[in-house]
Amino acid sequence: MLEYSDNEMMALAAGRLVRNGAIVFAGTGVSMLATTAAKRIFAPGAVIFFESGGIDPSLSEIPMAVADPRVMSGTSVNSGLIDAFSIAGHRRFHTIAFLGAAQIDRYGNLNSTCIGDYFKPATRFSGSGGSNDVASFASEVIAFLRHEKRRFVEKLDYLTSVGWYRGSDSRKKLGLERGGMTAVVTNLGVLKFKDDSKEMYLSEYFPGVSIDRIIENTGFEIDTSAAVEAAAPTAEQLTILRQEVDPQHLICHA
Amino acid sequence: MIVLTMPARWNPDRHRLRSLAETKMVGCPEIADKLMTADEAVSRFIRDGCQLAIGGFSITRNPMAIAYEIVRQRVRDLHIVCHSHGQALDVLIGAGCVKRLEIAYGGNGRYAPTCVRFRKAVERSEIQFEDYSNFQISLRFLAGSLGMPFIPSRSGLGSDILGLDGFTPEVRAEPKVACKKYAKVQNPFREDEEVVLLPPLTPDVSVIHAQYVGDDGTVRIKGLTFVDVEQAKAADAVIVTCEEIVPRSFIREDPDQNCLPAFFVDAIVKVPYGAHPTACFNFYDYDPMHLNMYHQMAADDERFEEYLDAWVYGVRTWEEYLEKVGVDRLLEIKANPTIGYAPGLVRK
Repeated sequence: MLEYSDNEMMALAAGRLVRNGAIVFAGTGVSMLATTAAKRIFAPGAVIFFESGGIDPSLSEIPMAVADPRVMSGTSVNSGLIDAFSIAGHRRFHTIAFLGAAQIDRYGNLNSTCIGDYFKPATRFSGSGGSNDVASFASEVIAFLRHEKRRFVEKLDYLTSVGWYRGSDSRKKLGLERGGMTAVVTNLGVLKFKDDSKEMYLSEYFPGVSIDRIIENTGFEIDTSAAVEAAAPTAEQLTILRQEVDPQHLICHA
Repeated sequence: MIVLTMPARWNPDRHRLRSLAETKMVGCPEIADKLMTADEAVSRFIRDGCQLAIGGFSITRNPMAIAYEIVRQRVRDLHIVCHSHGQALDVLIGAGCVKRLEIAYGGNGRYAPTCVRFRKAVERSEIQFEDYSNFQISLRFLAGSLGMPFIPSRSGLGSDILGLDGFTPEVRAEPKVACKKYAKVQNPFREDEEVVLLPPLTPDVSVIHAQYVGDDGTVRIKGLTFVDVEQAKAADAVIVTCEEIVPRSFIREDPDQNCLPAFFVDAIVKVPYGAHPTACFNFYDYDPMHLNMYHQMAADDERFEEYLDAWVYGVRTWEEYLEKVGVDRLLEIKANPTIGYAPGLVRK
């Protein structure tokens, strides 16, 4: 059996969800590996862009931040934040945002701001950055989190970025006309959202992961009735990830 | 043409950073009144309590030479306004220069997913802070640069960014602080929609680091500009630090590449490697070893003081700082100018 890391499995599971022609917004960390994997393996016609303003860079080396000089090299256009956000929400384009976060709730709302009280937090995180904006405007959001009870919570400590808000059509009623979260990729599986209620359900569990383990690590009730085992990475996919996408294994090995 | 001659007063024991700037003035009569040292730029423009916008983004083009100088001059009570910021912001907060912050993101990517001293200052209630998103902050600078009274957006709807204000009414009464974090109004052109109005940002001072400034004062940023241009245009005063001062003939040969005319700029400071340990596209990469060292030292109060003693207070000139970084490291991070970064740099 092939050996692979959580981040490699997550990157490939998310990469598969991108189709050719999509315009993909990449956040940091696993998102960076996943967007690059999407382009190199699954959707060579996809375009990757960064909120810092780099559009369609060559990504000969994997960036370590959205302002890494590697997002400015081999690009079609180098611009700035306002230009980047003009693309994220553009009515003509199907845009997919890859985002990380510290907490998520059953409706795919994200917290990347703090744990505890906002004014006196137990832990302060980086904050929204562009997360709130692309969660509001992109056609789709795919989120990345470690699958842990403290991260999959009934109630967020701070709602940084809106997913399906309070479920059903509540997102639309806020004035956010398109978008919403389509998938959550964790180290244990892939979760999606029900068409009507917009509640999270388990769509795929990764090879070797039991459904019980996913239930135990989710802080709210989760429907697992539709879950199927995800396809394992192939040797060829792992070779591309390790030799082309991330040869220094900066993100792969975690 | 820049003529690199030794000024008559040159003497090896003098403040070497000053001598570097004076050398440049010989060939730049048009900007002679704006060319100055970091020391002079900070003491002339950055006062206790002023509102300051810093350029760059997380690990790229942070105006570090100015940030270090602010720390060295022990400026206090700064009100920083920024979108996604990293190293300069963290050093300023850690050194106790910052009283108040409007921010969208404090992080250094892989090298500090959350900036350490920013995180500690918030957790310990040592600074006043208010969160916005990147697009919101960018729009606020844009509004400031255009002289607009406010700017509408749909960003933030449904989130706690709009739900929770960080500042007290007393803070909101101060000059340059908006009297409300935002306002929600009905879209006057569409009855079924509410929109968010954001207040403009008009900082007292913006500091940015550019690759080139012409000897006519024209500014050129290579790579991504982030929100630097809007930040500069929104401010009452602008300090530009740069890698190179280049002849007018060069900067005007391809004006499409330029981003600010000279009249926006009040101070020009030449500091090669002036964004270290953050990157400067085409000139040098970020310094992963330095950022990792900083991340470790910043985690501990005493060791953070040691960091400041070693890298800020204990360094008299920029040349001394670069000597401390060392020629080996400077060569490791030197960018391949045809690619923009240092290919193969070990970035663990």
